[in-house]
Amino acid sequence: MLENYLPIMVFIFLGIAFGVGPMLIGYLLGPSKPDEEKNSQFECGFPAFDDSRMYFNIRYYLVAILFILFDLEVAFVFPWAVVQSDLGWFGFIAMSVFLFLLVVGFVFEWKKGALEWE
Amino acid sequence: MMNTFQFDTALLLVALPEIFLLSSIVVILLVDLFLTKGFKQVTYYLTQFSLFITGLLAFNLIGHPETVIFSNSFVLDNMASVFKVFMMGATMVAMVYSRHYLTQHSLFRGEYFVLVLLSVLGMMVMVSGYSLLTLYLGLEILSLSLYTLIAIARERSGAIEAALKYFVLGAIASGLLLYGMSMIYGISGSLNISEISAFASDANLGSRETLIINFGLVFLVIGIAFKLGAVPFHMWVPDVYQGSPTSVTMFLSTVPKIAAVAMLVRILIDGLGAMHPYWSDLFMVLALLSIALGSVVALMQTNIKRMLAYSTISHVGFIMLGFVTGVVTGYGAATFYVLVYVFMSLAAFGIIILLNKKGFEADQISDYKGLSKHSPWFALMMLIVILSMAGVPPMLGFYSKFFILQQLVSAGFVTIAIIAVVFAVISAYYYLQIIKSMYFEDSEKEIVVSAPMDMKLILSINAILILVIGLFPDFWMKLALSLF
Repeated sequence: MLENYLPIMVFIFLGIAFGVGPMLIGYLLGPSKPDEEKNSQFECGFPAFDDSRMYFNIRYYLVAILFILFDLEVAFVFPWAVVQSDLGWFGFIAMSVFLFLLVVGFVFEWKKGALEWE
Repeated sequence: MMNTFQFDTALLLVALPEIFLLSSIVVILLVDLFLTKGFKQVTYYLTQFSLFITGLLAFNLIGHPETVIFSNSFVLDNMASVFKVFMMGATMVAMVYSRHYLTQHSLFRGEYFVLVLLSVLGMMVMVSGYSLLTLYLGLEILSLSLYTLIAIARERSGAIEAALKYFVLGAIASGLLLYGMSMIYGISGSLNISEISAFASDANLGSRETLIINFGLVFLVIGIAFKLGAVPFHMWVPDVYQGSPTSVTMFLSTVPKIAAVAMLVRILIDGLGAMHPYWSDLFMVLALLSIALGSVVALMQTNIKRMLAYSTISHVGFIMLGFVTGVVTGYGAATFYVLVYVFMSLAAFGIIILLNKKGFEADQISDYKGLSKHSPWFALMMLIVILSMAGVPPMLGFYSKFFILQQLVSAGFVTIAIIAVVFAVISAYYYLQIIKSMYFEDSEKEIVVSAPMDMKLILSINAILILVIGLFPDFWMKLALSLF
């Protein structure tokens, strides 16, 4: 039973070696002569403009959340569509209820202005 | 046409309260969207109306023969119906109190009511859950709504902190619960409560099976203890209670406790009742720790919401002791206790909300100084509630404690009963402190009670009933006993 997992263990060790090995080699063999210029932040060759910790508008997350919601909805619709002919009216009505609830959510987000970019 | 799904619409009637509530949530959500500024109160009245009708529908189903529908995953029995009726009543009262708080602190939004209704729906699913998945589904509907409800006061850093803390810890607890469920499913091969019960009570159960069930059981107990807020899984309780807007604190400290007890009964008694010797030991330790810590740490609190949080922890300890007894009357006592606790807690938070003003939370114990001079009537109401929580006869809180202790003693747990009583006496100290500052201290600050009439009326009835039912508790005790 346990020997079935041997390939997985080999794979894990190989993965670790593959990731850590080059970094280790670079660390051991590469020359290291730090100076002030090398240690300062690198921003496309320019000196840093300002602090990277600043406030910015993350409106994108809202779109991302809404996308996931309606994306998942379709993920449920596909298997349903495949077996719909076996499910009959029960399946149709159940899916209609499901979609109706999501439409309510859609109306809500629209009316609340979540879809307006600016 | 071949129809692989057998479906009878008459079975839907069994889930009528849930279906009605879900439909009204949809309607309320949409109605609230299209209401103009001046008509926002309509949402509140619609909420109360739909809670009332849902309660009536659930009441109508009391006495319905036990029915299991939806592929053995949803049960209707007397316990489910009675719990649902109580949850509707408690939520309606909580909403009456909430409205005052929400208008005072400009938090009155339609989403608040929709989220409360959604969490109530989740609790109804939990109460009726007859498979591990349905129970978990209900729990998640409840928890997700609660996290959002707390964060509805998004301008307050305390509320955000509370919501985040509750969310992170709640997610971990859900994970533990799920892990336990997967263990039980793995060994018994079923998610259905009655099939799990049949598997667990099989006399020929091997030691390997017992071991795995026990392994899963530990995780289930941890998950349930977290939801109840028992020590050592109580860390979230004081912070969440303190940080949340008071109306949300009131809601989440009352109604979800009923649902948590229902989930406990479904999983640990209906499902794994045969494993009682194993989980009752765990419960005993958790219960005693909860009573001890809740009573002692509350002594040092100056914030009344935080103090009530610790008091909740010790009440939860008493509720768990009822399940330790392992007899039906003990379970009845625990059920009675949780219903009484909800009743008392509603009144206690009601008083806190009553004294709220714009920009003033009334959440320090010192805010209650001299209440007896400024508002003798509500000082009296608070007195009743506090004495009941401390367990002074003839208040309702005395009988709930008495009932538990009686069952413990008759089941042979005399030492445990003595320890519980000792800590109950210790906890009387901090309860009496509130009474002391209400009646024997004075402050220059004027306390104005600005709440609307309906809230004053319901709050008074709520507090007086604690005294009146305390004088005649027979009916309610028999009701609680009849559920098992």
